[in-house]
Amino acid sequence: MMELVCPAGTPAALRAAVDAGAHTVYCGFADETNARNFPGLNFSREELAEGVAYAGARGAKVLVAINTFPRAGDQALWHRAVADARQAGAHAVILADLGLIAHAAETHPDLRLHLSVQAAAANPDAINFYAETFGIRRVVLPRVLSVEEITAINRQIDIETEVFVFGGLCVMAEGRCSLSSYATGLSPNMNGVCSPASHVAYSEVAGNNEARLGGFLIHRTPKGAPLPYPTLCKGCFTSPSGGGQAQTGHIFEDPVSLDATELIPKLQAAGVRALKIEGRQRSRAYVAQVVRAFRAAVEAAEVGEPMPAGLLSKLTEGQAATTGAYAKTWR
Amino acid sequence: MTEPHPLPPLLRRLPIPPLAPQAASLALTAFLRRIARRNPAILARLGPHERARFLIDVTDGPLLLVMEPGRRRITAHPRAATPAHDAAIRGRLAPFLSMLHGIEDGDALFFQGDLQISGDTAAVLALRNALDCAELDLTEELAAIPGQPLSRWLRRASGLAERRSGYALSRQEMLP
Repeated sequence: MMELVCPAGTPAALRAAVDAGAHTVYCGFADETNARNFPGLNFSREELAEGVAYAGARGAKVLVAINTFPRAGDQALWHRAVADARQAGAHAVILADLGLIAHAAETHPDLRLHLSVQAAAANPDAINFYAETFGIRRVVLPRVLSVEEITAINRQIDIETEVFVFGGLCVMAEGRCSLSSYATGLSPNMNGVCSPASHVAYSEVAGNNEARLGGFLIHRTPKGAPLPYPTLCKGCFTSPSGGGQAQTGHIFEDPVSLDATELIPKLQAAGVRALKIEGRQRSRAYVAQVVRAFRAAVEAAEVGEPMPAGLLSKLTEGQAATTGAYAKTWR
Repeated sequence: MTEPHPLPPLLRRLPIPPLAPQAASLALTAFLRRIARRNPAILARLGPHERARFLIDVTDGPLLLVMEPGRRRITAHPRAATPAHDAAIRGRLAPFLSMLHGIEDGDALFFQGDLQISGDTAAVLALRNALDCAELDLTEELAAIPGQPLSRWLRRASGLAERRSGYALSRQEMLP
């Protein structure tokens, strides 16, 4: 059966994921070493050790995401995170930065290393370099590849592949976005936050609700209508066209979430080892519902039954879903 | 479970008895202190945001509430004047209870427009995450108050009210 890799932002979410049928849970420390560094989220060292024990007692594994990029002169925080994840009994660490991967491979040769989606390794040469040089055992593929491209990659590499099947999407090449940095001064890759909550402001102006990020107006909706979180890439903007007429729309990306449930059999046939669910910033209720649905889906795929559809639309951003780049219908 | 209806509109129209806000403040503060004692991790997760003043506007309820976790205090206020606050969360009682008891996802409720927030977004996020991790059960918190003789009755009444009204009055058990 394909391995289901599930998110946990808190110990309660970790327990919910394991109880709902996760084979593996990934989480991070409560600091800048992981890409979901939000207020009130993530794990202390003690909580991680307890989480590993809870998962282990039920046959599940825990991965620790240390997937931001260490700042020059300040690498000790990231080095300590790798050592502490190993000490807590994590099955593997998920890393993105080349220097941190080299450090982990040299300092902790027995620690299993996964390559984060943030590393943006999207072709066999890049993946094989990481595998041969540092002993990377699994690569999380960027969400820019079609199923056919994933099939081609799997034919030319010897390590496991993991792909996202559900949750938020990112329009940029993974790990290379500067929109949040431009608006807030804080970088997803360096500080672990895209569109940090500390720079978000919701307000009511002249009968409308407005959502701003770092002072930039990202969304305006009539009072009472849903107002999305102001992520810059998913903003609704008004801009003049060439003819001078104003156009309003989602300039970069529609606020939809990935749902690749229907493609699970094809991903299985493509040689994908593990399916990943995004959403460490979401609640334990989200984790339980999504994990339960995807556990049923991978079990169905295993015996060749059809995939369940449309179960999770309520949980997605904009209540709309896409299969993203896996099926590049625009080509 | 039954789909919960909003609280009766009459609740918002009834005149508030003069001492009702003070009485509600005392009772809710005592309850908050008990929860904070039994769940110290909530304040640890809030971190610096424990100093924030959270306006809890249950839009189908009669009073506005201001929760100050750092001061272990909840105060109730008539709707006529909005009290000072740093962050606000607004919505009907049903989504508040569903979120608190782990039945519905806070982000999904927000995306659907069932909950609205304003003010210090980081503080709201920290509170949401801290409460979600605490896995609170309000019925159990009330039933476990020492010296009160109605624990068994309270649990049974809560279960019955939950089934009849559709309001989430206790924690969702995660089934393996």
